[in-house]
Amino acid sequence: MTQEPEQYSFDFHSETAEIVRDSEELKVKIGDFAGPLDLLLFLIRQEKANIFDIPIAKITDEYLNYIRLMKRLDIAVAADFLVMAAQLIEIKTKMLLPRDPLSQEEDESEDPRQELVDRLLEHEKFKTAAGMLYERSTLEQAVFTRGPIETDETNAEIDATVFDLLGVFQKILARHAEEVKMEIEREEISLSDMIRTLKDRIAAFGEVSLLVFFDEMQNRRELVTAFIAVLEIVKNGGVSLKQKGTFGDIILKSI
Amino acid sequence: MEEAVQQQPARTPAELMALAEALIFVADEPISTRLIAEVLGEDKGVIDAAIDELRREYAERGSGLQIREIAGGWQLATRTEFHEEIRTFLKTRPSAKLSIAALETLAVIAYKQPVTVPEILEIRGVQSASAIKTLLDKRLIVAKGRKETVGRPMMYGTSKEFLIQFGLKDLSELPSIEDFEDLVQ
Repeated sequence: MTQEPEQYSFDFHSETAEIVRDSEELKVKIGDFAGPLDLLLFLIRQEKANIFDIPIAKITDEYLNYIRLMKRLDIAVAADFLVMAAQLIEIKTKMLLPRDPLSQEEDESEDPRQELVDRLLEHEKFKTAAGMLYERSTLEQAVFTRGPIETDETNAEIDATVFDLLGVFQKILARHAEEVKMEIEREEISLSDMIRTLKDRIAAFGEVSLLVFFDEMQNRRELVTAFIAVLEIVKNGGVSLKQKGTFGDIILKSI
Repeated sequence: MEEAVQQQPARTPAELMALAEALIFVADEPISTRLIAEVLGEDKGVIDAAIDELRREYAERGSGLQIREIAGGWQLATRTEFHEEIRTFLKTRPSAKLSIAALETLAVIAYKQPVTVPEILEIRGVQSASAIKTLLDKRLIVAKGRKETVGRPMMYGTSKEFLIQFGLKDLSELPSIEDFEDLVQ
């Protein structure tokens, strides 16, 4: 490897792109911006060159050096950088060409660098504007508004109808039918027991998923009792039934 | 409805202030003077005066809240001084900021809108597709139709959400881009 300069350090305002080359280790830190115009601006500043009178040959060389370095470091060089390299070389070439002695009109105005300078200035303006936006958004983060009020619009839950309820119930029934169960003994749970169980559960957890609740039932008989218990509780009020989307789970909630 | 409002005896300034305050409080987005006036069946000027007085009152008693003018409407928000305590309570940290690339793209869109992707590329010198996607996802920019030129590229502009997030009354509150010229160099 040829001897590279020991250290490249880029500081684009808050943005940093740093390539530090020690004899032992190689550190690469490149910012998120990575645009060719940023790189050019940096190189111009580093040279302490006047942006209106860019030493194009020198800057082009440095620009190409940087790209070579990126390649050597296996950093994928974005196409935008290569486009800019081509443009720089084009400008450099134009400047080397002798002026057409026959054309008298344009002396100064036809500077091949003009377009690039305009772009750099324009770019720089928007970079500053971006900094301003950054400051504004930071300030804004110190201000809080109240949380959203729950309305029908913000509430993702959909009120469930009896049919939805039946649907869920049927799903569970079907699942139970598939399972071959060993009947050990019949343990009767009365409707009032079931209502109490369910009420306790709602009181304890605030809400009960019907899918889960029905799933716990041991047989069809318990399931039917559980289903009637749900209807009973809803009828008596104090709880609400909500379904999370079509065919979704149904949640029993205390109001 | 209209009649019911009309039949009510004229509201006192204090009532108007209270009503305006209540509406600003429940509104999810900054609520405009016009909308408040419409809801209350009052003149815009009357509402303006009530809100002015309300703001003065908040400031005078050193309230923890402030009524801010933002995105063409009024918003009830906490005072900036209390952000640390509020964060402690909410257990939040400042949310993820936009990347430099996204901010630059946003700046170009804010000042040049409506602007197309090729025009943004021209100014930034970098492809900005992912930054534009981020900004669209965050609803800071919106598509503003297509430009009638080769390829009919999509044009983008800033959204109301942009004004809200950057604490702007309207776009004219953005410092003029020419002002940044002096800072260059």
